[in-house]
Amino acid sequence: MSMLDRKLFRDLGRLWAQALAIALVMACGVATLILAEGAYRSLHETRAAFYERYRFANVFVSATRAPLETAATIKAIDGVSGAVFRISKPVLLDMPGMAEPAAGMVLSLPDFGEPDVNRLYIRSGRLPAPGSTDEAVILESFADAHRLKPGSHFTAIMNGARRDIQVTGIVLSPEFIYTIGPGDLVPDPRRFGIFYMAHSRLAGIFGMTGAYNDVSLRTTRSASEAAVIDAVDNVLKPYGGAGAHGRDRQTSHTFLDNEMIQLDGMAKVIPPIFLGVAAFLINMILSRLIALEREQIGLLKALGFSEIAIGLHYAKLTLVIAALGFAVGAGLGNWSGRALTQLYTEFFSFPFLIFIESADLYIIAAGVTGAAALAGAARAIWNVVKLPAAVAMRPPAPLNYSAVLPQNILFTKLFSQLNVMAMRGIIRRPMRTALTTLGTSLSVALLITAFASMDSVDSMVEEVFFRAARQDASLTFITDLGPAAALAAAKMPGVMRAESFRSVPVVLRAGYREKHLAITALDPKAGLTRILDTSHRPVTPPPNGLMISDHLARFFGVRPGDMLDVELIKRNHAIVSVPVTGIVQSYIGLETYMQADALDHLSGEGQRVSGVWLSVDRTMLNDLYAAVKQTPAVASIALQGVSRQNFRDTINQNIETMTFVYSLLAVIITFGVVYNSARIQLSERARELASLRVFGFTRWEVSGVLLFELGVIALAAQPVGWIVGYFFSKLVIDNFASDLFRMPFVINSSTFAYASGVVLFAAVVSALVVRRRIDHLDLVRVLKTRE
Amino acid sequence: MGDIVFSVRNLKKSYKTGDVEVQALRGVDLALYKSEMAVLLGPSGSGKSTLLNIIGGLDRATSGEVYFGSENLTDYSEWQLTRFRRSHVGFVFQFYNLIPSLTAYENVALVTEIAKHPLDPKDALEMVGLKERMHHFPAQLSGGEQQRVAIARAVVKRPDVLLCDEPTGALDSKTGVLVLEVLDRINAEYGTTTAVITHNAGIRNIAHRVFSFHDGRIVEAAVNETRMKPSEISW
Repeated sequence: MSMLDRKLFRDLGRLWAQALAIALVMACGVATLILAEGAYRSLHETRAAFYERYRFANVFVSATRAPLETAATIKAIDGVSGAVFRISKPVLLDMPGMAEPAAGMVLSLPDFGEPDVNRLYIRSGRLPAPGSTDEAVILESFADAHRLKPGSHFTAIMNGARRDIQVTGIVLSPEFIYTIGPGDLVPDPRRFGIFYMAHSRLAGIFGMTGAYNDVSLRTTRSASEAAVIDAVDNVLKPYGGAGAHGRDRQTSHTFLDNEMIQLDGMAKVIPPIFLGVAAFLINMILSRLIALEREQIGLLKALGFSEIAIGLHYAKLTLVIAALGFAVGAGLGNWSGRALTQLYTEFFSFPFLIFIESADLYIIAAGVTGAAALAGAARAIWNVVKLPAAVAMRPPAPLNYSAVLPQNILFTKLFSQLNVMAMRGIIRRPMRTALTTLGTSLSVALLITAFASMDSVDSMVEEVFFRAARQDASLTFITDLGPAAALAAAKMPGVMRAESFRSVPVVLRAGYREKHLAITALDPKAGLTRILDTSHRPVTPPPNGLMISDHLARFFGVRPGDMLDVELIKRNHAIVSVPVTGIVQSYIGLETYMQADALDHLSGEGQRVSGVWLSVDRTMLNDLYAAVKQTPAVASIALQGVSRQNFRDTINQNIETMTFVYSLLAVIITFGVVYNSARIQLSERARELASLRVFGFTRWEVSGVLLFELGVIALAAQPVGWIVGYFFSKLVIDNFASDLFRMPFVINSSTFAYASGVVLFAAVVSALVVRRRIDHLDLVRVLKTRE
Repeated sequence: MGDIVFSVRNLKKSYKTGDVEVQALRGVDLALYKSEMAVLLGPSGSGKSTLLNIIGGLDRATSGEVYFGSENLTDYSEWQLTRFRRSHVGFVFQFYNLIPSLTAYENVALVTEIAKHPLDPKDALEMVGLKERMHHFPAQLSGGEQQRVAIARAVVKRPDVLLCDEPTGALDSKTGVLVLEVLDRINAEYGTTTAVITHNAGIRNIAHRVFSFHDGRIVEAAVNETRMKPSEISW
């Protein structure tokens, strides 16, 4: 080992606490990069492999009832490489040990052989036997929630009749990696189940012999998806085709995409924050180290060491710290990445897990860590390199404090000399003060960003479940019924109030932009579900025209008064122009409203209801559930009360982990910044502070100088952090917006308070750790040495 | 001779540097009287600074006793030593030890914030002949000027003793004489007991008494029958 390298390790030994603080900040950056990017890749690869091996479709369409003869025409469309023509129906499930009916969906499987696309992964058991009666395979999540195994039985209400279904196998499907029941915000496999039965059997039950109502297609690589969609729509138009779409509107796929977008965002936003702070810290300690070693550097140069050799010596020191940060971060990132991917396989239904441990990710992480460290060190090292030996061996010129703060007597009367010292210290090095403030403020911003998402989710839930959708339950009917159905629903046990609604599937268009959605019409006197305008006030739709959500208005670029084309899928795709009469607030889906009369008129079918919203006497819930299970017309039930609770529970499960992780990250940044800046201040001011002790100032009075400066910086960092955090949060919330979900942008004042509280506490502790060193200042030695 | 300000009995101090134990003081006995100007003379490493640091409350003895008046400093806690320095001792160092971020005036005013009956900082600066430059920062002052600010800062709290460790060590002869003149005048006008450490034998003639150190001991204590004015000496 060369002598310079020995010096390097001894220097590190001396600087271990500071180097460790910086390495930890770097480790956070590396860990989040590897965690998020690693989990992203793993999720991406696992999904891609599942899709490929089990031939997941990429075009989907539903119809009312299409004859199986059309299948050949669809298969013959140019670019179609595989297709499955299925029956898909909503059902109610009467599960043992559950008073409330669960919602479900039954899909058909070919009577013989495996489906061409959307194949099933069979975890256990077998597919229904050809010609069997009520045999079914069920999705694993549903099976686990009810402890069903091959051989178990459960009751499904299918087309109005109760059927005893026998489970023959447990399966997973690329189509249902993420399943979400009607009215739910998070998956609840207990209350929503998917199962598969033989096509001929379902055709018999639902009167669909020789017909299907659901198609999934796989296209060749070279095929134009848009062209295939157009061709399929043409074939299915006469049969109530609802408009084909790609994976972008497939629920499971889109939810996974959302999750991956968030991981990707995390990988792009958080690591740069940590690495940026680390670069600044390296700059700070290296500049100080070099200032202290100025004479040694001059001596080395005088001895004949080249500038490059000396520059490299300090670069190595920087890289050793970076290597330590990388090693800790890589280990942590790998471990938490595995844990997160494991969590994903539980939350999402994957049959297998591909944990990607790509070397390139680690190489990238090491590269950016090293680069950030060297970038931080660059200026200090450059100063070393260009310093002439003769100059280096003389002490540096003292800092000029003139004209930094007013020197009049009034000023000195207002502040003690100790405070003036501290203030001049702050102002004398504006860049360092600014960067220290910014560094500390980033930990505030990080916490605010994390908690603003929670605030926003909370506010969304409040808005959706407590201000807009206030019903306890929603029933949807198998088909649209006459108005009498609503009256019948009102007479069910426990129902205090029933409000009918109608939902009509349409395509909305403005120029080349279009969206497939359903227009909802509600009872003009509706009070359970309310439409809220953008100021969160309840509004009723005017007699004519559409009220569309702000999300859609932005998408179409329309304002009240503009016209939208409405294609009525069920009225033979007739197109009518309808004015936009209002913009409403909506956070889930693509809600679009019309007055009931207007929608009835538009649909050309007269007065119909698609379902009812119910307000229920809680004490009679079980009676209602029992009645629903006996009502053939009910296709599905959504229990908003249970959904609310589920959502809260899910959020609460996550909140503690999230609070802990983000607080820890913020504490690490704060400690890194405050501890290092305190150590450097102490090093620069050792002589001053020792002098003060000699004059008779007490330890705490002397500490005051150090703490005053740190305190000013920590306090100044708060508003900066609030502002940065505000914009970070806005970016995150805006990024999150999709057709499925949007969130209001909300930051509670308690979030600002918590973020500041954590950071100030960490700052105080870090400063006090350094303060103890003042007690051990060697007064005699410090005063004997020349600055 | 007036009252005894400091009395030191059989003072010993040893410390370790690495594996080597250094005997800095090997049993020193000494008394300093009120209003006395004493010079502690000796080569580097002879123990004079160690003695000064101990009587100034900056360091602790290994054994022996130090009395300030009737108070035994040896028994003082850290807190009591701080109080003692704050109330009774003014220090002047070879390298001035001014706070670079405070002006001359502010450096002096700094000490008035913790002193009980301080002088006006301006008066203290006037006394050292620097009233005109009181709004200058240390970096804008010459070495001699900086040392005079340091003296003003030391005397502004009206200390009982002024302990000066090589106050002219970093100055040329002409500037050093100016500094000594200030010390001499303060000693004469305020009756402040003053101990000046130096390895410069020329300075011995301005003192009432001279203590010569060698190898951790006082080897000679001499009384100057006739003192010289600082302006009469040079080196």
